[in-house]
Amino acid sequence: MVSTVLRRVSARAEPLLPIADDELILGWRNSEWTGIAPFLEEDVAFSSIAQNEIGHARAIYQLVAEELGTTADELAFDRKPEDYRCSPFVELRLVPDWAKTIARHCLYEDADQRRIQELIEADDPEVAGLAAKIDREEVYHRMHAQMWFERLEDEPQFQEALEELRPLVDQRGEHLPEFEHLWQEMTEVRRSVAGATW
Amino acid sequence: MVTEERVWQALAEIPDPEIPPISIVDLGVVRSVSVQPCPGTRSRDGAEVDSRVHVEFTPSFLGCPALEVMRDQMASRIRELGAEPEVEVVLDDSWSTDRITPEGREKLRESGFAPPAPREAGGSQLVQLQSKAFKCPYCGSTETRLENIFGPTPCRSIRYCESCRQPFEQFKTI
Repeated sequence: MVSTVLRRVSARAEPLLPIADDELILGWRNSEWTGIAPFLEEDVAFSSIAQNEIGHARAIYQLVAEELGTTADELAFDRKPEDYRCSPFVELRLVPDWAKTIARHCLYEDADQRRIQELIEADDPEVAGLAAKIDREEVYHRMHAQMWFERLEDEPQFQEALEELRPLVDQRGEHLPEFEHLWQEMTEVRRSVAGATW
Repeated sequence: MVTEERVWQALAEIPDPEIPPISIVDLGVVRSVSVQPCPGTRSRDGAEVDSRVHVEFTPSFLGCPALEVMRDQMASRIRELGAEPEVEVVLDDSWSTDRITPEGREKLRESGFAPPAPREAGGSQLVQLQSKAFKCPYCGSTETRLENIFGPTPCRSIRYCESCRQPFEQFKTI
């Protein structure tokens, strides 16, 4: 089990793990819109964004996994719920509220950009290089968020959603009750066939 | 012993799994190839090999499911040349759409994908995507509009040509 490894995460892995966990869990939440987004174009877009976020999580986990002597898959799927370091903000299950989903998307992309920029400026060339690569793709997420912001900014429902979610952006700590269900679903296959290779 | 040139040729025969008209060498994801002699050694599958081929593979889009396929195909092509493959995935910022070769861009266009615009300092902006600076790969008109920033794979956007009334896929600039 990876949990024991994580108690002694290295100084290098420490700031990276919460980012990877956020990207994985938000990617998971975004993917819940696949097939049921308000219209087809958005179904494609949100599914693509989910895929990118999970790809970013995987790349960061790979870097952390080398540090910790484990694998990206073990970090993503074999930890206990309490060992994930994602923020409650990304854990919120927002389906079927599209206004709130877009509000979170806008707030997240904005906060994520600042965080990625800090990594790009880090002294660690491997971390900085990966962050710069991630940012090339995130540019398109930000454009998508910007497009939606411009479309919805005069809608009271969207403004309320922004107000409600904004205080949660930088919050860390206890998992939300709905995280448990996400974790059950996300790790189900690996838990049911432990040690299987695919 | 296999030469670096022969390895490059072999890799250039591997199609991109999602856009088969172009090869992975056209796509620019092979950053370097080096060959080390190791006579008399056996590969992991037991075959006798005389050299070890190290390939630096710089992925295009991080969430692209084609990456594993590309990596496995490179390894198997190198094995066919009688060498032991070592495909190193380099997770740095060395790949951009500017690495797609001129031949690759032409092949993209011929298959109905608009090649990526050259990357400028500062990267892409929404106003550019919403402008009429993108050419339809079918009729060459710039009367095209953005339909969706995202498309069937992470690397593509969807545009629509007002001139020949044809939707088309635009390779994203990253």
